Amino acid sequence: MIDDRPLIYKYLRHDKKFPHVWCPGCGIGTMVGSLIRAIDHIGYTKDEIVMVSGIGCSGRLPVYVDFNTLHTTHGRALTFATGVKLAKPDLKVIVIMGDGDATAIGGNHFIHAARRNIDLTAIIVNNSIYGMTGGQYSPTTPYGDRGTTATYGTVENSFNISQLAVCAGAVYVARGTVYHTRQLDQLIEKALQKKGFSVVEVISQCQTHFGRLNKRGNHIEMLKWQRDHAVSVEKARNLSAAEMADKFETGVLVDREAPTYHEEYAKLRQKAKEAMTPPVGQEEKEESDRREASDRH
Amino acid sequence: MKKPDPRAKLMQGNEACAAGAIAAGCRFFAGYPITPASEIAEQLSVRLPQVDGTFIQMEDEIASMGAIIGASLAGAKSMTATSGPGFSLMQENLGFACIAEVPCVVVNVMRGGPSTGLPTNPSQGDVMQARWGTHGDHPIIVLSASSVLECFTMTVKAFNFSERYRTPVILLLDEVVAHMREKVILPKPSEVEVIDRVKPSVPPEWYLPYEDTSFGVPPMGIFGEGYRYHVTGLTHDIRGFPTLRQDEIEPFLIRLFRKISTHSDDIRLVEHFMTVDAEIVVIAYGCVARSARRAVLEARSEGMKVGMLKLITLWPFPRSYIELLVKAGKTLLIPEMNMGQVSREVKRVSEGMTQVLTLNKIDGTIISPKEILVKMKEKR
Repeated sequence: MIDDRPLIYKYLRHDKKFPHVWCPGCGIGTMVGSLIRAIDHIGYTKDEIVMVSGIGCSGRLPVYVDFNTLHTTHGRALTFATGVKLAKPDLKVIVIMGDGDATAIGGNHFIHAARRNIDLTAIIVNNSIYGMTGGQYSPTTPYGDRGTTATYGTVENSFNISQLAVCAGAVYVARGTVYHTRQLDQLIEKALQKKGFSVVEVISQCQTHFGRLNKRGNHIEMLKWQRDHAVSVEKARNLSAAEMADKFETGVLVDREAPTYHEEYAKLRQKAKEAMTPPVGQEEKEESDRREASDRH
Repeated sequence: MKKPDPRAKLMQGNEACAAGAIAAGCRFFAGYPITPASEIAEQLSVRLPQVDGTFIQMEDEIASMGAIIGASLAGAKSMTATSGPGFSLMQENLGFACIAEVPCVVVNVMRGGPSTGLPTNPSQGDVMQARWGTHGDHPIIVLSASSVLECFTMTVKAFNFSERYRTPVILLLDEVVAHMREKVILPKPSEVEVIDRVKPSVPPEWYLPYEDTSFGVPPMGIFGEGYRYHVTGLTHDIRGFPTLRQDEIEPFLIRLFRKISTHSDDIRLVEHFMTVDAEIVVIAYGCVARSARRAVLEARSEGMKVGMLKLITLWPFPRSYIELLVKAGKTLLIPEMNMGQVSREVKRVSEGMTQVLTLNKIDGTIISPKEILVKMKEKR
């Protein structure tokens, strides 16, 4: 067993904002563990990391970690993160979102950040429900499952967040669960090291709302459900659609290379400077020369 | 014959606004296309990359507002520009900039509303939205401009106020001012006063990001410069962490108001035109101030004692200047291209002590000097 205490002392604001707001049995804390271990393993300094979040249970994460932290408005974390990254490309930007945060209110920002290939890592905790507001159904609540606003079961189809990210152009997309923590450590570490828009969808449990409303038992039962329904990408290739019907793939779904927004913009800057007539600063100089000349006449 | 000034340019209000942004040190712009503000984005998409800045066209105005706040936290002076419908979308994140005290500039080139309204016609219908658009009680600085040169100078002012007071500043332009072309001689970069935010000078472990100071504005740590702290839209304590303690909530919110109100002498900008002996004083702003000026000159030539108080700062409302006019017993005439958003405020200041006349026009055209003149004569 790994001793995480040195990491707690190093990376968490352990003397400031604890205890945290999450319910007992929540999966977010497990994800935080994976994230911190990945950051520590890569060796980023705390000053170079900016952790951005939206609103919801996951949105509270940045309070607890000792980085540059930014807790934004609901669904808009990626827009703030885009501004941070483009203004200071040396910073390592990590965005934490929930399923409602990233794909309902923030869905538009999500696909456009992926399309632009902004160099940051988006970690989406998917617990299939709005936890903070009391258990309303979300865009990832499976068809027929219950929420406090879907007492008879939702009649909406659900989003597949990872597939959405793949189609929108993310260069690295992985799905893990909070049950498979060692794998999650690795998936997050790879995502952080990937140049471009990387996404890790973390299947998590909300025993307080989703588990209770859908009679899935406590968090232990829900973690067992993750264990039994996760199929690795490699294995899934050999399974039929019927066999995969109630299962989900885990592992790296996409890992590809593409120039980032910032790299492309650096080229654009070069072009813009070359197009300048007259070049920077010269306009003013010419004017003063002209003035001097006209004064002499 | 007088030689033409070689620095004179024929320029549009929106172009001057973009030039002002560059002169003020703006290095990040995020926006979304909208009439009649698009020229600002177009200009900056050309200029910003030339000065190692960044221009990005976002997916909507919500995202634009988020991006400029993020960029500002990372140290870049940032701005967005929009019009009515986009301004409505920006309101939520505008409140974030207020509570998290993030300097940024929002230009709203006003067009006729409500809703899609009149995209190419002028209006002054957003004065109250600029003041109260985002939810919750909050202070804000709102400036206006009535000429192309003022589009430049007030954009610079907006940046300076936002940096000095760590607050979003809104610049309200009228469509006709933003699209009008007139001769303008812009100041040289060396002549432009540029104010930058104060950064912390204490060791990082002593830094309290939202601590009260004698100036009322705490120094601002920049992401990546060693001052790790928490920025949130939740009501927070002096360390930036969310709080529900009554003894922390109220002092914080009161400081937000105080940092603007105690510096109102610096922020409230007005111009007096022939008001000293005037019996009727026209209070006008934006393009209407141009018509009012002409009306005052014509009325003077007919022997009427009239003057004008031009408002440049709209919020915090320049009530001290209006109080002096009220005390002097002058009749006040407020022509504006809305149903009375500023005149209502003037009436609150006047408290019935002096006559307040209104002239409202909402047909998508500007108020002409003649219309103001007729109103003056009615009074006499």
